[in-house]
Amino acid sequence: MTAEGGVQYSKIAEIKGPLVVVDDVENAAFDELVEIETKEGERRLGKVLEVGNGKAIVQVFEGTTGLSISGTSAKFVGKLMEMPVSKEVLGRVFDGLGRPKDGLPDPIADKFIDINGEPMNPEQREYPKDFIQTGVSVIDGMITLVRGQKLPIFSGSGMSHNILAAQIARQANVVGTKDDFAVVFAAIGVQYSEAEYFRRSLEESGALKRSVLFLNTADDPAIERIITPRVALTVAEYLAFDLGMHVLVILTDMTNYAEALREISAAREEVPGRKGYPGYLYTDLSTIYERAGKLNGRKGSVTQVPILSMPSDDITHPIPDLTGYITEGQVVLGRDLFRQGVYPPINILMSLSRLMKDGIGAGSTREDHSEVSNQVYDAYSRAQEVRALAGIVGKAGLTDIDLKYMDVGDVFEKEFLTQATDENRTIEETLNLLWKIVSKLPKNEITKIKDKYIDQYYREN
Amino acid sequence: MAAKGRIVWVSGPAVKADGMSDAKMYETVVVGNSKLVGEVIRLTGDVAFIQVYESTSGLKPGEPVIGTGNPLSVLLGPGIIGQIYDGIQRPLKELSKASGSFIGRGITTTPVDMIKKYHFVPTVSNGDVVAAGNVIGTVQETDLIVHSILVPPDHTGGKISNMVSEGDYNLETVLATTEKDGQKIPLKMYHRWPVRKPRPYKNRYDPTVPLLTGQRVIDTFFPIAKGGTGSIPGAFGTGKTVTLHQIAKWADSQVVVYIGCGERGNEMTEVLVEFPHLKDPRSGKPLMDRTVLVANTSNMPVAAREASIYTGVTIAEYYRDMGYDVVLVADSTSRWAESLREMSGRLEEMPAEEGYPSYLASRLAEFYERAGRVRAIGSPDRDGSVTLVGAVSPSGGDFTEPVTTHTMRFIKTFWALDAKLAYSRHYPSINWMNSYSGYLGDIAKWWGENINPDWLSLRSEAYGVLQREDTLKEIVRLLGPEALPDEEKLILEVARMLKIGLLQQNSFDDVDTYCSPQKQYKLLKLLVEFYRRGQHALKEGASLADIRAMSIVSTLLKARMDIKDNEISKLDQLDIDMKEQFKSIIGVKITN
Repeated sequence: MTAEGGVQYSKIAEIKGPLVVVDDVENAAFDELVEIETKEGERRLGKVLEVGNGKAIVQVFEGTTGLSISGTSAKFVGKLMEMPVSKEVLGRVFDGLGRPKDGLPDPIADKFIDINGEPMNPEQREYPKDFIQTGVSVIDGMITLVRGQKLPIFSGSGMSHNILAAQIARQANVVGTKDDFAVVFAAIGVQYSEAEYFRRSLEESGALKRSVLFLNTADDPAIERIITPRVALTVAEYLAFDLGMHVLVILTDMTNYAEALREISAAREEVPGRKGYPGYLYTDLSTIYERAGKLNGRKGSVTQVPILSMPSDDITHPIPDLTGYITEGQVVLGRDLFRQGVYPPINILMSLSRLMKDGIGAGSTREDHSEVSNQVYDAYSRAQEVRALAGIVGKAGLTDIDLKYMDVGDVFEKEFLTQATDENRTIEETLNLLWKIVSKLPKNEITKIKDKYIDQYYREN
Repeated sequence: MAAKGRIVWVSGPAVKADGMSDAKMYETVVVGNSKLVGEVIRLTGDVAFIQVYESTSGLKPGEPVIGTGNPLSVLLGPGIIGQIYDGIQRPLKELSKASGSFIGRGITTTPVDMIKKYHFVPTVSNGDVVAAGNVIGTVQETDLIVHSILVPPDHTGGKISNMVSEGDYNLETVLATTEKDGQKIPLKMYHRWPVRKPRPYKNRYDPTVPLLTGQRVIDTFFPIAKGGTGSIPGAFGTGKTVTLHQIAKWADSQVVVYIGCGERGNEMTEVLVEFPHLKDPRSGKPLMDRTVLVANTSNMPVAAREASIYTGVTIAEYYRDMGYDVVLVADSTSRWAESLREMSGRLEEMPAEEGYPSYLASRLAEFYERAGRVRAIGSPDRDGSVTLVGAVSPSGGDFTEPVTTHTMRFIKTFWALDAKLAYSRHYPSINWMNSYSGYLGDIAKWWGENINPDWLSLRSEAYGVLQREDTLKEIVRLLGPEALPDEEKLILEVARMLKIGLLQQNSFDDVDTYCSPQKQYKLLKLLVEFYRRGQHALKEGASLADIRAMSIVSTLLKARMDIKDNEISKLDQLDIDMKEQFKSIIGVKITN
């Protein structure tokens, strides 16, 4: 209504759910940042979702609780939402919108960056192939992570995903390099205790001063969660591509993000896709996950390990389903293994790393890596079939070779998969354990490994 | 005259502008002060509904919209091969020169280098009368591609004059002028063609020649023909992209158009990094010399995703018209369908199943109908083909969802990927019970004439074993394998060998990644022979344990990796070894 230095104040016409409809809008842009000011002088942030015919629909990040139509005004800031960044963000804790939460003043900005980022030009990407040793055997050996990859952990409620993610964050390194390394951690609607566990874990390992934390905990406004991963990734891209650091980004829990998105979609009365999630959930998630990678001619990298909890452990639920279509593989935690007390409880048959093939082999891990890991996949899958069969016909009904596969399953779970939360195994140790499993089989069962490697590494026991 | 309007409403990729009464449906428009590219998709009164191919962040009501008068078109001429384009044919390399590592907005570039000179060899002379589709000359585009310069299909034709002599010219040079009814039209090395309009052809043939992909489960069990259509649906992690990459690498076509439609950025990078180093097994030249990429990755603007499919198929038809066999691979058509759904939602159309628009099926049908083996228009006679292979990403791996079910109505080869096979690392995870090929009968003649007359019967025998195994598996699941007689256990054993030794194929193994039809035939023959001899040995009193203990078993299973394509005579030796070993377990000579 009143213009002040090109900035427009307008009155609120309607409030529904997380949205407000602003009237008498003359000069607002799509996606523009909005400041909502209440009669009492409280300020909230929002952004324009739709603009036209004198109205703007604005999504309010902090929620609309306590807003009233009279006395509340909206100010269109004239720019998109930006995050101030500089090297000083390292070691700091921010809220879900990127404002300091540690009682310290705003970091002095080197520059301001649009939090939505821009899509990386595929022609300018560098194909990721640097093996990251996490020290977790099952990941290094069978679901290898490489720099610039996006590899989510699919978990379920109560399982040990945070312990695993924290272990990866503490131990991850590229063997033989001393590159600058940073961790960006975004808590999206998780419990305070989970976020605190992560912070403490980084602190104890001395990694906190190389970390940036963004915390939106369960009691923080839900709509803020739309922004949290974006500010975190904006900082990560800055650290990686402007400062040349190798950044590991952990986003937990993406399920809460998708629910916030659904809330907005419902408030806008959009035609829903599956399970009430908006039809554009895939596209929207991709604008987060695709912000991982490496770029030609730049030193740093952004590696993402998003965590999501599968509602009722259902991998076909839209959130894990669409995530799996975008990310470069997935690490799936298994409820059965978790119940048996196995840590990490990773179901390798459902897990996969798409970039593994280029990150392993001679020159990075070892020349036999790919084949021995394929053979173990095959053997463990056979072991599962044999176990199912044994459940019906009993061990007595199994052939000798079946029993050998039972043995493979046990050695795999007890000696290879199981490891302590502070146990950091080298890739050599991991590969030797894989050969120990393969060596449980007679040689004529080994169909996926070339003879020269069998001669070199197979040892009968 | 071009429409000039004003933005009145913005929501994501959808924009409404008024003052657009002069705009035409599907006309390309320039939107806003930052000159974004858009397309008119609905007209109501003087209000145009526009889908914008670039991010609309910061766009305001009141900004101008200007019509171009032309529908969304691609530029067709030499220089396309080896490029990577976005969904509306802007070269990503040029975009990076303008905006760096990230994709900026409002950048205008030409799809190919207009200044670069090509050596033009004319094939018609002054005074000749040409018609639409005629070849007027050729240029060498890459080592692999001789690019025919065509009279555009919508050209009226006429008498040639001012024909240039053989020499080096760039794309803007007027090569000749046609004259008809006093009207003179200049001909250049390129023309434009609207992407939503299929290019015309003279005749259509039945697809009878197989498209050889070097992938055994495809070529031997579920073949696709040149000019045919195929679909590859699968949940995430089942290996769609790897299979499509394999087809793009090894298919025996002369041109490959690879559309990354709403997929991962790194996958396009992988093709860009890998293809220049991979050699075409037939010509020995780098694969990039026959490949065009169209990339709209999942985080690039959604409206351009809808366009990317049409951009790709129009380029494919153009090379078809020169007489080439072209394979177009689209990964994934589900993302294209989702972009239709998103725009339909913003248009507030009444949704059909799962929110998809009711015209989803007809759009899919139109797309797959652009496949075919044809005689091109104009002279000289040229036969070419466009083979379409589309990936489908069904939500939750559920093949009853709309995109999969509609696609199945319009394609003839169906490669069903199976998450269970993928979990046990059986790759390619094409399920042999759920997949089918409608071309088997049509292309069996080719295999019979070019490889061996008994190919079809061997394939049927092997497939029969796999079908028997599928039923026996149920019994094993309930009673254990020991409940079966040896004859049936042999079927399980041979099925296992077919799976490991033939159906499975390691794309990342230097030898196994490509398998020639000759090698495929011999491997198939060996395994079928193994089955026949095994049956015979059991009749002669040998036990299954004897058969399993033969060393030839694991040799046969590894033959696909151990024996290279140029040494397949070694496979004949395996046949002799196998015969000997069977002989030794029954102690008598097997008559064969």
